[in-house]
Amino acid sequence: MNSPIQASSTNYPFLNISQIDMVFPTATGDFTALKDVDLQIKKGEFISLIGHSGCGKSTVLNIVAGLYKATKGGVLLKNREVNEAGPERAVVFQNHSLLPWLTSYQNVELAVKQVFNKTMTKAEMKDWIEYNLKLVHMDHAMHKRPDEISGGMKQRVGIARALAMQPEVLLMDEPFGALDALTRAHMQDSLMEIQNELNNTVIMITHDVDEAVLLSDRIVMMTNGPEATIGEILDVNLERPRNRLALAKDIEYNRLRSEVLTFLYEKQRKVENITTKTTVSTSEEKKLVNEA
Amino acid sequence: MNSTTVNINSPSQAERLMNMSKKIVSKFTDVMLLPMVGIAIFLFLWNISAKSIHTSLGEFPGPNAVIEQFYSLYDEHVTEGKKAEAFYQRQEVRNAAKLAKNPNYVAKIRTYTGKETFLDQIITSLVTVTAGFLLAAIIAIPLGIWMGLNKRLNSAFNPIVQVFKPVSPLAWLPLVTMVVSALYVSDDPMVSKSFLTSMITVSLCSLWPMLINTSIGVSSIDSDLLNVSKVLRLPTLTHIQKIVLPASVPMIFTGMRLSFGVAWMVLIAAEMLAQNPGLGKFVWDEFQNGSSNSLARIMAAVIVIGFIGFLLDRVMLQIQQKVSWDKSL
Repeated sequence: MNSPIQASSTNYPFLNISQIDMVFPTATGDFTALKDVDLQIKKGEFISLIGHSGCGKSTVLNIVAGLYKATKGGVLLKNREVNEAGPERAVVFQNHSLLPWLTSYQNVELAVKQVFNKTMTKAEMKDWIEYNLKLVHMDHAMHKRPDEISGGMKQRVGIARALAMQPEVLLMDEPFGALDALTRAHMQDSLMEIQNELNNTVIMITHDVDEAVLLSDRIVMMTNGPEATIGEILDVNLERPRNRLALAKDIEYNRLRSEVLTFLYEKQRKVENITTKTTVSTSEEKKLVNEA
Repeated sequence: MNSTTVNINSPSQAERLMNMSKKIVSKFTDVMLLPMVGIAIFLFLWNISAKSIHTSLGEFPGPNAVIEQFYSLYDEHVTEGKKAEAFYQRQEVRNAAKLAKNPNYVAKIRTYTGKETFLDQIITSLVTVTAGFLLAAIIAIPLGIWMGLNKRLNSAFNPIVQVFKPVSPLAWLPLVTMVVSALYVSDDPMVSKSFLTSMITVSLCSLWPMLINTSIGVSSIDSDLLNVSKVLRLPTLTHIQKIVLPASVPMIFTGMRLSFGVAWMVLIAAEMLAQNPGLGKFVWDEFQNGSSNSLARIMAAVIVIGFIGFLLDRVMLQIQQKVSWDKSL
């Protein structure tokens, strides 16, 4: 998987996240969020980034999106360096970030008009917008504004907007993090269905172990920050299309699940647990002091 | 609600009816009854205290005296209108007569130059305040957007804004008067100097709330929306038109409402000193006139000024609700 990149121009990785460091200057000195993050992604691959909160998953995604600039190293898409954000690396944000004054249709339209204004006629654009909204099952509420639809529906429109840009890479920052469990399962099924049809290259950040195993081709597990980096990479070779009910009893599925859980809760146990314990103990100490 | 005449089938329906009538009554109390009580108490206190205040122009006017003056102000307006009509009629007759005598006669049309009535002055004030406010908006909103987009520009201008914001219109007025006199020289002026002076003073004072609110509105746009714009690579103008403007419309309108309030307050002071023939001049002239009716007429103007200020705010609110996507305001 992590075979050395060959120099020949035809044999480069589709998306190459190459030895990234990210340092944020703070009032108390530099904070190294990421150290030596290195990952090569094939076309059509579905990658999940998983790790504890604050480990810099979003930072990685933002660098790939071009919203942040890495302090060291860089991102190459089809062997071209990523310098700024752009529609070929569309982002689905955690809290949908639809423009609240536009309807679902208009939100997608803004993206389509921007990306395809030279290559599509008005009628083609209309069809394309409607096609994408249909893909996420939002054609029934096309002309509703974000405040008139539910959280899951908003996220669907956000995904439709990103898909409508026809991105080379689809970046998803905890796309279902704000949704309830049932809606989340629906959305995951929808996403798998879309993925079957379009076979996009996807990087998705998630907190949810089941989601990662269910959706991904590879799960990239990150160590805790500061100086967070890739801890382990897990290949998910479950057959597609995947069915959550059938997989629940699948041995391989459960092995993968427990691998991720082991990484998160044994190898990269969150330090916060310890600190809360110490604060409890110090408060107990204080009590004792007061009683004395 | 008279529940005895309604056919009640079940206790729950009766309850519902009771609840409904309770709601209606409480709404009626809030919207109509309590304000009426408040006004009644105010009128009573005003009446009592007015009687005990004796000025050099006689007793301070109570509600009755002011109502009387409202009537007389309206009568004056009607009389003046009739005078103007009579003037134009005479002019027409005269011109027709002259034309009959001499077919080559070119008729001279003169406009009536009678005294401006209270209603005319209200209109002058409204025109002046609107012009001043619009001038301020044309400057403040684009500048505010620019400042909101550009942190450096904001840092550069912020001290100036903070210093000029609290300046009273009375301090600006002499300066504006002199500058207008020096620069606005024309043989056939489109508008009078007093109008221009009042208008510019209004602009200078009502600029700031709009400027500050617009720049805050723009600089506090949700960063996710800005990221959307970056991912789409929207060109600057499209970015402003599609993201920045709609996102900051609620704040811009809050600023505009504040500004309009300030503009209306400033206008009265400016008109007083600049002698622009509006409500401010009316108050000043009545004060200088010093007749036994003057105080009642000024009090009538005070009520009108307050009422118009209130209406202007309502109008702005209506426009805001129409234009803004955020209906919670």
